[in-house]
Amino acid sequence: MSNYQLDYLDQLESEAIHIMREVAGQFERPALLFSGGKDSITLVHLALKAFRPGKFPFPLVHIDTGHNFPEALQYRDNLVNRIGERLIVRKVEDTIKSKKLTEPKGKFASRNVLQTYTLLDTIEEFGFDACIGGARRDEEKARAKERIFSVRDEFGQWEPKKQRPELWSIYNGKIQKGENVRAFPISNWTELDIWNYIQRENIDLPSIYFSHEREVIQHESQLVAVSSYIRVDEDDKILRKKVRYRTVGDMTCTAAVESEASTVHDIIREITATKTSERGETRIDDKISEAAMEDRKKNGYF
Amino acid sequence: MDLLRFITAGSVDDGKSTLIGRLLYDSKSILIDQLEALEKQSKNREDGEIDLALLTDGLRAEREQGITIDVAYKYFSTPKRKFIIADAPGHIQYTRNMVTGASNANLIIILVDARNGIVEQTRRHSAIASLLNIPHVVVAVNKMDLVNYSQDVFNNIAIDYAEIARKLDLKEVTYIPLSALKGDNIVDPSANLSWYEGGTLLHLLENIAVEKDVNLTHPRLPVQYVIRPQTEELHDYRGYAGKIISGIYKKGDAVTILPSGATSHIKTIELGEKEVDEAFATQSVVLQLEDDVDVSRGDLIVKNENKPNLGQEIEVMLCWMDTKPLKKGNKYLLQINSQRVRSVVKEIEYKLDVNSLQKEFEQEEALLNDIVKATIKTASPLSYDSYKELRANGGAILIDETSNVTVGACMIQ
Repeated sequence: MSNYQLDYLDQLESEAIHIMREVAGQFERPALLFSGGKDSITLVHLALKAFRPGKFPFPLVHIDTGHNFPEALQYRDNLVNRIGERLIVRKVEDTIKSKKLTEPKGKFASRNVLQTYTLLDTIEEFGFDACIGGARRDEEKARAKERIFSVRDEFGQWEPKKQRPELWSIYNGKIQKGENVRAFPISNWTELDIWNYIQRENIDLPSIYFSHEREVIQHESQLVAVSSYIRVDEDDKILRKKVRYRTVGDMTCTAAVESEASTVHDIIREITATKTSERGETRIDDKISEAAMEDRKKNGYF
Repeated sequence: MDLLRFITAGSVDDGKSTLIGRLLYDSKSILIDQLEALEKQSKNREDGEIDLALLTDGLRAEREQGITIDVAYKYFSTPKRKFIIADAPGHIQYTRNMVTGASNANLIIILVDARNGIVEQTRRHSAIASLLNIPHVVVAVNKMDLVNYSQDVFNNIAIDYAEIARKLDLKEVTYIPLSALKGDNIVDPSANLSWYEGGTLLHLLENIAVEKDVNLTHPRLPVQYVIRPQTEELHDYRGYAGKIISGIYKKGDAVTILPSGATSHIKTIELGEKEVDEAFATQSVVLQLEDDVDVSRGDLIVKNENKPNLGQEIEVMLCWMDTKPLKKGNKYLLQINSQRVRSVVKEIEYKLDVNSLQKEFEQEEALLNDIVKATIKTASPLSYDSYKELRANGGAILIDETSNVTVGACMIQ
């Protein structure tokens, strides 16, 4: 075997760095959407490899639903401090107030849909022409269809039937005024690839990814953390369980999994053996309908 | 562990999506919740069998019409390899989406319905595989269950296809009989096909050699971005960031910057914030040069002993992908990697009839999904290689400057 062969993680890493540099090279005002989850943390790690010793050619942008895990927020602030890059935070709360939006009601009232309004407002406020996101094609089947450079119209809408051809590693970032591009450097990574990379690169993560004790209620087959953002009914049984999170979204729409995994190594072992997909196990917001993600994307969701 | 990117192609209803569903299912890459969702949707079907195609048809319009419109990417791994599958549409009107999926593939699986044999889409997709120079071709004769697993049927299709392969100059072609629906010869060998002596489809995918698909002899580094920290201690730092698309670079190598022709030597190579002595395709690196030469995005850093072509007129095989026709005299932006130049279509020499594989001369225009031979003139010098020799620096896209849409794929001759 020749010495000039790249491992699959090296190939994925190089592809992601290449995509980020294409964004930096082709756009005037890019941004990196940062949620505090493992995928966007991986993006930041890749951006360090892509642009150091220079500064990032984009700010990190956090669309804050106000329903975040405190651990994720603290992690975010520490990270930004450590790398010395610019962070922009825009709150869904403020959009709700200024635009008189109606808050969803119900047991797990989620601001996931309202997030899109704040994101589009933020894009307009700063004139972002490209937003780098941590979406992966293995997450969901509408995402499996999206291009790496995905053009959105001035309403942020994705038109799945009119996607541009995207050939080789050539990315066409030409857009009209008002349009913007969502760029997805880790499109071709799977959940397991991310964890293997986190392990290899020794990337630090928020503590909620690892096993910890937490008060939860069981809803259908999912475990939801007890917080002030969800409604606990009389017949709900509050349980104390050892759990970890596979995804870190809103506290209202992200479920925990029972786990003893306290290291990345343990997590990889659990994922390899698991029989349920990441979004299926932990995302309450995807269960609404067969086309839930496609519909949200058409409306401007990332 | 390495990586294999492959695409599935074939006519509508040849069972591409079912084949992928079967590969995922039999290699245990489908998880319980995905399977439950599948069973729920399949209940509406008359035959009551699980419809594995629903796994990849991700858009509502696709599920409604039961066809694949755009490429869906799927992932699975075995202990040997990670696989990226592009499930491409078979329908002629979505050929451009198929080209998108095929452009990055190391291997193409062309499905042929055992009952129908070779049809127009088989020829079209084979022509595209040949144009895009996909290194490995697998002809999967599917639905063998519907022809009683007949060896004669399989052999006759293989003989017919060999003629196409010869005309299209497809080199590495492997033939395999299977049934995606029944699972014959996909992951496990099938008793129904005991006359077949080759390995199963998965065995083939796991073992085909891909390391030669990366070119290590023609050093090419398109500059994507210039890193200039402009801090006190890194005041003079200028790092040229890009992905090595082919070849090997070592510290101290004599290099030429194209199109300017300026020369220098490599001072440092950085790979993910670490300095290294050498780097190779397809790593993303940052180079610093010894001399203060003018280098910016769109330039190509090459080694002195192996240079690409530099010119303003290229002959291309072109796959047209827009509803507006391509006409002689039309102007477009032409992009190869990070180079982007203005260009004009000088001549359309002939159109390739993908059914007969004959050349049709005296063409005025190219329509959506047409494949033509054309001459393109660029406004400034272009550094390029022949696509056949170096895929990574011989493919270009055309962009319509008024709509910004990618309208053509060019394979430079």
